[in-house]
Amino acid sequence: MSDRANRKPETGAFFPRDRNWHAPALTPGYKTSVLRSPQKALLSLDGTISEITGPVFGHSILGELDNDLIHNFAKPGESAIGERIIVHGRVLDERGRPVPGALLEFWQANAGGRYRHKKESYLAALDPNFGGCGRTITDEDGFYSFRTIKPGPYPWPNGVNDWRPAHIHFSVFGHGFAQRLITQMYFEGDPMIWKCPIVNTIADRRAIEQLIAPLDWANTIPMDARAYKFDIVLRGRRSTMFENRMEGN
Amino acid sequence: MVQALGYLKETASQTAGPYVHIGLTPNFCGIGGVYDADLGTTMVSERTLGERITLSGRVLDGTGTPLRDALVEIWQADAAGLYNSPSEMRGAADPSFSGWGRCPTGAEDGVFRFETIKPGRVPFKDGRPMAPHITFWIVARGINIGLHTRMYFPDEAEANAADPLLLRVEHRHRVATLVATGGAPSYVFDIHLQGEKETVFLDI
Repeated sequence: MSDRANRKPETGAFFPRDRNWHAPALTPGYKTSVLRSPQKALLSLDGTISEITGPVFGHSILGELDNDLIHNFAKPGESAIGERIIVHGRVLDERGRPVPGALLEFWQANAGGRYRHKKESYLAALDPNFGGCGRTITDEDGFYSFRTIKPGPYPWPNGVNDWRPAHIHFSVFGHGFAQRLITQMYFEGDPMIWKCPIVNTIADRRAIEQLIAPLDWANTIPMDARAYKFDIVLRGRRSTMFENRMEGN
Repeated sequence: MVQALGYLKETASQTAGPYVHIGLTPNFCGIGGVYDADLGTTMVSERTLGERITLSGRVLDGTGTPLRDALVEIWQADAAGLYNSPSEMRGAADPSFSGWGRCPTGAEDGVFRFETIKPGRVPFKDGRPMAPHITFWIVARGINIGLHTRMYFPDEAEANAADPLLLRVEHRHRVATLVATGGAPSYVFDIHLQGEKETVFLDI
């Protein structure tokens, strides 16, 4: 175990979110946001104990194939069809510290862009050996990895001819509920990225680039699977110095 | 020149999309056999301490239509007001209560439901007790970044009146958007994303 495992738990409030970096709630190019965006200002509050704490999940919840989407839904001896890839990276906070014990959950379409969901009606076929969900927990240095097939792009009813770029959805738990994050990972070089109304809900190009995983040739396994590296940054937290002092003391 | 601060930028949020269930509640959407059970569906066991309650509600858009593709998570203290988290320094929380739950809104009726316990009181940063509350986090198609809010209890009028967060709501008629209806043991909490009845959402 690294010394990090012995580090005192942190109890400071999180850095405020930069809401100009994140997408605003109302982004009319993404039509569904029009009726699902609050119109009144958010009530700002420095984190209380209700937000600086959060659930932490033990490795005991994980099954052997939870981080292997090629096999976790496949019949014995079979595997999902598509480009075999490894997605790996680190979960860090804004201070660059690793976030150990972070639960990551991911979901995606199959190689043809078809999701296994009853509300999905795209005519591309389901892959009988692909479910599309997986999860893992970061190790003591914040590293994670999983194996999957590269998802295909798919059309969606927004504009007349809108297509999502190939993407994998990520859900992340840090150590505090205020760090809770859902995002999407895109693939280096995909020309669809810059046409997408959901990607373009984010105004800052650098924030979009942070969602694009580069091809990681160094970690590609010859004759098996290519690798993409995707690091995730969660909110940092302040030192706890002086924070326990009551007002007026 | 001065040193650079060297902080990283937070990974930007993106919508959970309409198929969030595949990843977060696969059994709910018919993907069986990958996980034994969906995470967060069971919050209490026989050993959990505290008063059993049921929370249900809907998430409604700007026309009052319930979302049937939202996902709601809650986070709360145990009956003694302690959080089951490594950052909880005030004592050890009830080991039989995780404090966290997850529920999709029903594909037919748009209703979410949690079987949980009533939380104890926890202190605000300056030591004043907050009224009993449950933290909510809502994601869905069309929501670019998860929405945080809180639910308070209608039968805690005195505590609510002195709650440090509720006291900060400038437009007093909006306090009611954070208070559930019903009464023990069944509370109803509808979340309005937009419009006249818009729920107070938090930047925390």
